[in-house]
Amino acid sequence: MSGFDGILKICSPDCILARVAHNGRGTALSLITDVQGYRRPIPGTQPEYLHPAYVSSIKRAPTQPLVVIPHTLSEVTGPQFGKEDIAPEIFDLTRQHAGEPLGERMIVTGRVLDEDGRSIPHTVVEIWQANAAGRYLHKWDQHNAPLDPNFTGSGHTLTDAEGRYRFITIKPGCYPWRNHYNAWRPAHIHFSLFGPAFATRLVTQMYFPGDPLLASDPIFNGTPDEAARQRLIANFDWETTVPETALGFRFDIILRGREQTPMEGKA
Amino acid sequence: MKLQPTSSQTVGPFFDIGLRRFCCADLLVPGLSGSRITIEGRVLDGNGLPVPDAVVEVWQANAHGKYAHPEDTQDKPLESAFKGYGRIATDDQGRFRITTIKPGPVPGPRGTNQAPHLEISVFMRGLLKRLVTRIYFPDDPRNGADPVLALVAPERRGTLIAKAAPGQPDRLAWDVVLQGAGETVFFDC
Repeated sequence: MSGFDGILKICSPDCILARVAHNGRGTALSLITDVQGYRRPIPGTQPEYLHPAYVSSIKRAPTQPLVVIPHTLSEVTGPQFGKEDIAPEIFDLTRQHAGEPLGERMIVTGRVLDEDGRSIPHTVVEIWQANAAGRYLHKWDQHNAPLDPNFTGSGHTLTDAEGRYRFITIKPGCYPWRNHYNAWRPAHIHFSLFGPAFATRLVTQMYFPGDPLLASDPIFNGTPDEAARQRLIANFDWETTVPETALGFRFDIILRGREQTPMEGKA
Repeated sequence: MKLQPTSSQTVGPFFDIGLRRFCCADLLVPGLSGSRITIEGRVLDGNGLPVPDAVVEVWQANAHGKYAHPEDTQDKPLESAFKGYGRIATDDQGRFRITTIKPGPVPGPRGTNQAPHLEISVFMRGLLKRLVTRIYFPDDPRNGADPVLALVAPERRGTLIAKAAPGQPDRLAWDVVLQGAGETVFFDC
């Protein structure tokens, strides 16, 4: 519940009145007039659906323009999960089997924040990745690289009260795909987050600094804005690195922030 | 402090290993009120071919029109075991099936009411960000006054409304058509 502490502070006066009146009378559906929406992205900071260099987008991207809708109660609410939904040890991908997986052990940590820098506590973060050889434990992955009996490649966790998450894993390998001649995906970890609302749902990928494959990757380059792309690259971090144990990488994830007033941005 | 939201990236073809934990095709819980429904459909690409590597997510209110979320302050019954959340991966033929209850109406902008609907996200390889759409219910008189349906060109509204099987009003069909004739309406939200 602490994810919603800030609501009253940032609501407009009308919104506060509506909530107070509602709480006072017990039943007042019509008083829930408008909700405080989430901000729309700055152009270029999110990918387009059609990105022809990413060949799979050509037959899957919608061809009709999207219909812009205001945020309603349906969009500013969203699925909520708690400790009871989480397997407590599963943030450690190196301890899900009898033995340890092969590969460079590493810690991936960061904070989940909104656009105003407010932490997003107690939200689910899910990750999945290839093993150190660049192979996923998936029936459709036909890459001729070995599976690792000690590595499933998936984990999840809940952010703490300050929005922090932490995974222990191994560095995923790069792998070939058939998008274009000699195509290789840069090393990456898939991330999935819910945040506080349907509107804040995010699936993304974290990349590694200095990866020579980033420049030719159509998925990474699907985001037009250079700075937005760079934010998908984790930072190597000495403070997270544990001596004799594991390299540390920091990857903060920013989810959409609230409109400043309930009526702002209702295009 | 002003930060920019992290860029979306595709879920890729192998999400199944990572998103399994929160997969749920059956939203029903014991004692849940409301009329039970199943929604079956397929995800189809621009060639009309099934998409076997899509994941469909559902968010919905309960039968009273109450969301299981702290920002829903309506004085309506909350059924605490009902999360209102589902996640279904398509099968080899691009099919998915959701078992749930028909939600009640929820408030819309400026004092309107929204007709019963499910909020839908669709993720797949080839999509660098999710698609957002809605499922409405056939023959519901409230559809005519729904403020979101009203934003959609009349000839395309049908793509947002599930179809009942003949003689089986609880068994609904609804497809996600990514391109071409009958292309599903997707929202910028």
